[in-house]
Amino acid sequence: MTYAVKNLTHGRELIAFRIGDQEFCVNIMSVREIRGWTPATAMPHAPPYVLGVINLRGAVLPIVDLSLRLGMKPAEPTVRHVIIVAQVGAKVVGLLVDAVSDILTVTDGNIQPTPDIANEAEKAYARGILAIEGRMICLIELDALFSHVESEAA
Amino acid sequence: MDMNEIKEIFFQECEEQLAELESGLLKLNDGDRDPETVNAVFRAVHSIKGGAGAFGLDDLVSFAHVFETTLDCVRSNKLEPTPDVLKVMLKSADVLADLTNAARDGGSVDEARSRTLIRELEALAHGEAPAAAEAPAAKPVAAPHKAADPVMEKPPVNEEGFQPIPFSFGDFDEEPAAHYVPTCQVVFRPKKELYAKGNEAVLLLRDVSRIGEMSVYCDMDSLPPLDKMNPEEAYFSWKISVTTDKGEDGVRAVFEFAEWDCDLDIRTIEEDVAADAAEDEELPMQPVPFDLSMLDEAGPAADEEPAVESDAAAAVAAAETASKVAQAASRAAENAKAAASAAGAVQANQAGQTIRVDLDRVDRLINLVGELVINQAMLSQSVVENDNNGTSSINMGLEELQQLTREIQDSVMAIRAQPVKPVFQRMARTVREIADITGKSVRLITEGENTEVDKTVIDKLAEPLTHMIRNAVDHGLEMPEKREAAGKNPEGTVRLTAKHRSGRIVIELADDGAGINREKVRQKAIDNDLIAADANLSDEEIDNLIFHAGFSTADKVSDLSGRGVGMDVVKRSIQALGGRISISSKPGQGSVFTMSLPLTLAVLDGMVVTVAGQTLVVPLTAIVETLQPEASAIHSFGASQRLISIRNSFCPLVDVGRILNFRATQANPVEGVALLVESEGGGQRALMVDAIQGQRQVVIKSLEANYTHVPGIAAATILGDGRVALILDVDAVVAASRGQSLKQETSLAATG
Repeated sequence: MTYAVKNLTHGRELIAFRIGDQEFCVNIMSVREIRGWTPATAMPHAPPYVLGVINLRGAVLPIVDLSLRLGMKPAEPTVRHVIIVAQVGAKVVGLLVDAVSDILTVTDGNIQPTPDIANEAEKAYARGILAIEGRMICLIELDALFSHVESEAA
Repeated sequence: MDMNEIKEIFFQECEEQLAELESGLLKLNDGDRDPETVNAVFRAVHSIKGGAGAFGLDDLVSFAHVFETTLDCVRSNKLEPTPDVLKVMLKSADVLADLTNAARDGGSVDEARSRTLIRELEALAHGEAPAAAEAPAAKPVAAPHKAADPVMEKPPVNEEGFQPIPFSFGDFDEEPAAHYVPTCQVVFRPKKELYAKGNEAVLLLRDVSRIGEMSVYCDMDSLPPLDKMNPEEAYFSWKISVTTDKGEDGVRAVFEFAEWDCDLDIRTIEEDVAADAAEDEELPMQPVPFDLSMLDEAGPAADEEPAVESDAAAAVAAAETASKVAQAASRAAENAKAAASAAGAVQANQAGQTIRVDLDRVDRLINLVGELVINQAMLSQSVVENDNNGTSSINMGLEELQQLTREIQDSVMAIRAQPVKPVFQRMARTVREIADITGKSVRLITEGENTEVDKTVIDKLAEPLTHMIRNAVDHGLEMPEKREAAGKNPEGTVRLTAKHRSGRIVIELADDGAGINREKVRQKAIDNDLIAADANLSDEEIDNLIFHAGFSTADKVSDLSGRGVGMDVVKRSIQALGGRISISSKPGQGSVFTMSLPLTLAVLDGMVVTVAGQTLVVPLTAIVETLQPEASAIHSFGASQRLISIRNSFCPLVDVGRILNFRATQANPVEGVALLVESEGGGQRALMVDAIQGQRQVVIKSLEANYTHVPGIAAATILGDGRVALILDVDAVVAASRGQSLKQETSLAATG
């Protein structure tokens, strides 16, 4: 993976990734590392999008099928899939995506508001869309996506 | 290091001192009359007082001071440590602990209580031992006296501006207790003229010794080597400390005739501070026995020589003799001191050297070692897979590595292991307090306090243990009259024992009270709808009813226990620690609670099993036996229940895969293995798993850290292949099999 740090005085860095034919991005500050797919241990009574847990250097890391979580069809993990290890609140989760595509440096001006057509579920996590080189990339707010992780820990 | 850090260290030390204090007092209570024990107790209070003074914790200082004064009476044998006296002292130790806690965490203490105790302590010091009050007076320091008086009227809070003055009681023993005699310090440096005029330093010293008790030190620093020595020069000077009622003038009178030929400096030591300063000097004044007969021999010899030169030489010789005596004496004193400190060092060695380490660091180390163990297992597994002949040097090395990692793991675990002593000591206090409130007379006997167990276990042990002790004293033991009527010792006994047994720690709490009133328990259970009115229960089953929620047999609900939250809370907290608790009771002879706890919460002995293609770990402690079910032993019961007959008793069969939702339909029991487990509530269940992979020690990893609690799963671990395996929560699975799966539904809804 490339961890090229771009010299920026303003704006923020985002990691863009691909799920199916759509592109999404999250704030790079919440990403801890990116690693390849390893089979996960299934959890009983887990929601369908939780694929299970894996061993991340001694810590137990839950793996979330982001495709399913975002309401798309379930992923069929292969060795080509990657796991984005992200910090959500006090917890660390692994997000299964098809591939990491880019590191973007954007300013707030680049981010367009989420269009009105979005339904409630999509509005909940989408924080806006970016138009970059003719591609459309959706900015995801991880905290909104996994708010239950926080609340249930209490 | 800022002040708060220092303060924190002080409080940590306070805790140690308080523990020392309490154990010392308890030893005294058991009839130990070793002066060292008394000294240890005294030192503990004194150190707390000293430290508290430095931080301006006046409440603590004033209480500790009174306590210390009374202890000093015991130390100087003015006060006999009778059980009554010790009772007051133990209570005082409790208050001292309260005050310390209040000083650290804020909050208030029961002032009435400490005031009463101060009065009692004062009474002990003054009333029973009138001489005691003079002990502090022997020291020429006004502070303790000033302190004592206002303290009597208005104890811990002092509006008269009492400033704690740090001073040492340590040298009380050497001080004459009768009345104060001024001590003069004399520096006597003769010039050569003194000897030339036929005066004799030795004789002067002898004269000084006659007016009072003196100690002398000869300063020979200016003595040149022999070849450079001028025989007529005076090289020696003496430092004399003399305690005399004739005072400075009396000392000066001795030197009257020599005054002009010597440098003389006479000072009366008035201030304690000065004495302290003197003690701090490199060469402390040591009271040495002065053998005057030696001087008398040397003296006349000098007198016989009229010639000036030889006189001087003789004087040097005599001075040398004198200083030799002094040296020999001081050497002897030093030897004695060295021996004493050596003895102290031996004691210290016995106690073991310790360092304070932040718990986080230890935990980090334990985590790392846990990963090392996993990594090592992964490595050997992959080597085995890739190496068919199994004799390569890599294999040999790996075996050694395995040995080493195991040893490292054991040693790291041992770092966290602590003796249960502190918890047991806290229980002693609980017993005292409850005995006081209930008016019962109780003796707590503790055994095996040095049994070591993981710190987390110790920390979590205190609460359930306190509950149990309260119950034992409040409900278990009878009132003294009742005990006497039953032909028992009016003083009840509570015995707290800890021991290691097969990799677990077993803690037993036994009382010699009335035992469990089974009729009453049974009736209560029926009243509370816990059992059917016609239920046929064994004695043991009735005893175990007390662990049910909302159960209390005390007729009157007391302050201490009996609100019905007692034993079920105890049971739950013990189970949360991975432990088990049971009770056995004999009517009229008392009850015994037995707790069995794991030595550590970081590792677990487990059986690795396969269920529906998943690898699970079942805690070994829960498993009673494993068996291969035969088709003839399986009986269907109702619509979906199945029972397995084991030695003519029927046991419900629970499919783990079904409970955990790993498969939709029940597996065929004949194809799997049944694990007979014992769960809370005493019932046995046969858990169906597909296969047993083996038995191993696993490192427990939290699931909650990054995920949520999963019903039926206690925690996770990482196996040799690097994959995560889940550890089964046997009790939850059994509870789910009884139909109590509500918890799972809500949880599922929340995560979904």
